[in-house]
Amino acid sequence: MSIGIPVERMDGRAKVTGTAPYAYEHQVADPLYLHLIQSTIARGQVTAIDVAAAEALPGVAAVLTHHTAPRLAPDAPAEFRALQSGEIVHHGQVIAGVVAESPHIARHAAGLVRVTYDARPHDVRLRADHPDLYTPDMVAIGAPADSATGDTHAALASAPFRIDQTYTTSAMFHSPIEPHATTAIWADDLTVYEASQGVHDFTALLAQALGFPADRIRVIAPHVGGAFGSKGLARPHAVLAALASRMTGGRAVKVALTRRQMFALTNHRPATVQRVQLGADADGRLTALVHDAILSTARYEEYVEWVATSSRNMYATPNRRTTHRAVRLDVQMPAPMRAPGEAQGHFATESAMDELATAIGMDPIELRIRNEPSADADTGLPWSSRNLVECLRLGAQRFGWAGRGRRREGDWLIGTGVAAATLPTWFKLISVAYGPSHAAVEHVGNGRYLVSTGASDAGTGARTALSQIAADALSVPLSDVDLELGDNALPRAMLAAGSMGTMVWGSAIVAAAGEFRRLHGTDPRPGARAEGAMTGNPHTERVTIDSFHAVFAEAAVHAETGEIRVPRLLGVFDIGRVVNPRTARSQLIGGMTMGLSMALHESAAVDQHVGAVVNNDFAGYHIATHADVADIDAVWLDKPDPYANEMGIRPAGENGVIGVAAAVANAVNHATGVRIRDLPITPDKLVVSRFAR
Amino acid sequence: MKPFEYVRADDATQAVAMVAERPNARFLGGGTNLVDHMKLGLVEPELLVDVTALPFNRVEPLPDGGVRIGAAVRNSDLAANPLVRQNYPVLAAALLSGASGQLRNLATTGGNLVQRTRCPYFQTLYTPCNKREPGSGCSAITGHNREHAILGASQACVATHPSDMAVALTALGATVRVLGPAGERVVPIGELNRLPGDEPHQDTTLNHGELITAVDLPALPLAKRSAYYKVRDRASYAFAQVSAAIAVDIHSGVVRDVRVALGGVAHKPWRAHRAEALLRGAPATEDVFRAAADAELAEAKPLSDNGFKVPMVRNTLVSVLRRLAREH
Repeated sequence: MSIGIPVERMDGRAKVTGTAPYAYEHQVADPLYLHLIQSTIARGQVTAIDVAAAEALPGVAAVLTHHTAPRLAPDAPAEFRALQSGEIVHHGQVIAGVVAESPHIARHAAGLVRVTYDARPHDVRLRADHPDLYTPDMVAIGAPADSATGDTHAALASAPFRIDQTYTTSAMFHSPIEPHATTAIWADDLTVYEASQGVHDFTALLAQALGFPADRIRVIAPHVGGAFGSKGLARPHAVLAALASRMTGGRAVKVALTRRQMFALTNHRPATVQRVQLGADADGRLTALVHDAILSTARYEEYVEWVATSSRNMYATPNRRTTHRAVRLDVQMPAPMRAPGEAQGHFATESAMDELATAIGMDPIELRIRNEPSADADTGLPWSSRNLVECLRLGAQRFGWAGRGRRREGDWLIGTGVAAATLPTWFKLISVAYGPSHAAVEHVGNGRYLVSTGASDAGTGARTALSQIAADALSVPLSDVDLELGDNALPRAMLAAGSMGTMVWGSAIVAAAGEFRRLHGTDPRPGARAEGAMTGNPHTERVTIDSFHAVFAEAAVHAETGEIRVPRLLGVFDIGRVVNPRTARSQLIGGMTMGLSMALHESAAVDQHVGAVVNNDFAGYHIATHADVADIDAVWLDKPDPYANEMGIRPAGENGVIGVAAAVANAVNHATGVRIRDLPITPDKLVVSRFAR
Repeated sequence: MKPFEYVRADDATQAVAMVAERPNARFLGGGTNLVDHMKLGLVEPELLVDVTALPFNRVEPLPDGGVRIGAAVRNSDLAANPLVRQNYPVLAAALLSGASGQLRNLATTGGNLVQRTRCPYFQTLYTPCNKREPGSGCSAITGHNREHAILGASQACVATHPSDMAVALTALGATVRVLGPAGERVVPIGELNRLPGDEPHQDTTLNHGELITAVDLPALPLAKRSAYYKVRDRASYAFAQVSAAIAVDIHSGVVRDVRVALGGVAHKPWRAHRAEALLRGAPATEDVFRAAADAELAEAKPLSDNGFKVPMVRNTLVSVLRRLAREH
């Protein structure tokens, strides 16, 4: 058996020694370099663009503007419609690009381009009383915007204990360590080396935008340096690199975004304002749960994230309402960012549950256990395997929850907090959005197998975990398996999304291995090959297959300065079987670190006058440093889910993010008595509170 | 980035002459701030004169018991220097709280003093900024100003000085040795950086072509009992929201002498003269510490986003003074 063994990451050595090629690094002959020029207004028109000085600079091969760039297909997705008109729909939008013999010349020339605008009034700030709030037809996962059961008004009015609070989260940025980058060569056919979470989806989008046949586009992405959702779509830089190659006679064109450009061109987690109302009886049973979410989307393209959907089945209650309202702003469209919706939604609801526990005078773990549902209230279906209570109990034991008392050590006030969490599994999106995933198994001779799938390893360790799945499915040692991914010449696979990659691509590999053995037996000839596919999960009509976990946090708050530290963070996960404990733990504590970063640091500073995010670098936009992450641990129950797939595995990546912000906020409240309902929890918010004199 | 000429200087007088004669020439130290600015297009020098090879890379004791720090001494080396660690712990602590290990390995003593504000509007070409483009206006006053000044600001500029090291040097009363085309001069640290007034584009009182060659620390026995505390948004690698450099001599429960400087609150490292005056000769009690902090903050003018800095400064001062008093 290979599954269950903490195999070291197969590409680890190549990555740390710098030999694993990323999109910008692939060796190509005689490349040109593209530097993008961005709008400095948020809404309006480019009225003039003077490129003469840039074009005159030696080494400049071409300047792309909306006047000179080739036309894209009229049905190209809005996000990729770069340089098709002079209209500005968000600050930092690409309005031109310079192609030159070196990146330095390109950047120098870009600074010589002069642009004049006709600016129109813009609005970039989300607020709960925005006059243009509207009800979307659906939220982005295809679920209804609203849900209602029972009579929440009456239940809240008569509840002995009631919480009614508003929680806010700001826009956040994915910020993968590898910037978005493309190397494109469009001579006869088009070859693209791309930092992509899904080579096949990327191919389809690029084909649509360029109006060029998908089967003449090769997309290669063996290594991706982090994505978190931001590399799921084709972006203007990739489209423009292809166009620039075409405009320069098919020479290779390389482009890498600068870190600052990434704050305007690679989407963001939408800001939210969430009102949560809870009603409960003296035993802590929820008599009503209302979760109203307000969030931002873009004026030019709708994306409404699902922020309140987990409130439809997380806890049992007879009276329930959830709503989503959106407002279209002059911003780049938001897009999924690791644990989309759940990250913001759980901050609100799990903070509110803690506030309710305090109001009742009940242990917060006990409160959650009392509201454990027997079935999925949203669909009426039973759970495939829900062990949240066990996560809470095991976590309490390991964390030392019992008898939790706030304490003081020197200048630091210390408290603990907990949050429960769920991560849905989006099997249903396979048929409507993600499409099936395929894999192939080939016997290359001497008992060695080549397993291939067009999957993507965005740094998660998918390459390693899928090799382990393949080895077991073929009943061979891991050392007899070679795995290829990240290339659209390989069998079609869905993009890395919803933490489903290992599960879905793994199922395709299991199917291919089964087909291989059926066709070729256990002693196959060299060259013997078979394919298999994962097209959906038949059990989703009968059971709800979700993941669950509990997060425990210890927070220390400086009594004088309001500084916050999180000395301990523990997650206990109910994620089915774990393929590779080493890479799974890395994913989970990585997610928890992202959650910690959301809790304490990450926040877009939106300037309404400028119409842009102004803390657009890593000195201004803070992400947790090593020094912020102390004792962090992730453990799991190891209960295979027989309904999820042949391996018994469930999503185990994004989970780590979810609930951490609430657990930290709850711990800060326990330590200080101060409740912070607006993320991130920064010293300024605490130093003005009463506890710090 | 615009192409530029690069010269590595091996003689200080020549370096000064080269920069002085060309209005668009700059000295290059560690480059940790200037090179960023060149990439962002904030400055476009025609000539960079690299001064890191000049013989200003030593930390030496002075006959009067003080210490001379060469301007090219790297922040990491200065923080690790035994003389500094023993006699001026506030300086070592301030240095180590700044930037990251990699940046400290490059950043020089002279360069650290003349680094520029991290105000986002200063660092962005398209937003009005009186410091970058005199007369264009201040975007921070009506915009994002959480990190900005509460003391000594003007209607023209509310930016803060970003250095930690300079706050400690200000508390220590260092002097800055400067070489210019007309020869050497000495500038007290408190007169090196300016308040913004109507000319926020002038960060310092240095003239074009003047090169910092050394920083002298006076003999200051009370500095042996000194501390630097930096309040920031994360545990490492962030500029100060508020910082305090304090050295104090307490005898029989009375403050005999004290030095206090603040960071993150003004256009220059802020020597807290009012607080010092109130503390000197007063009993070392919590009430006195608080009164001293309040005196210093009496004229604080918070902006829309940074009112928190007033209690943060007060609490930080009181907390550090209390700790130093306990150690006596």
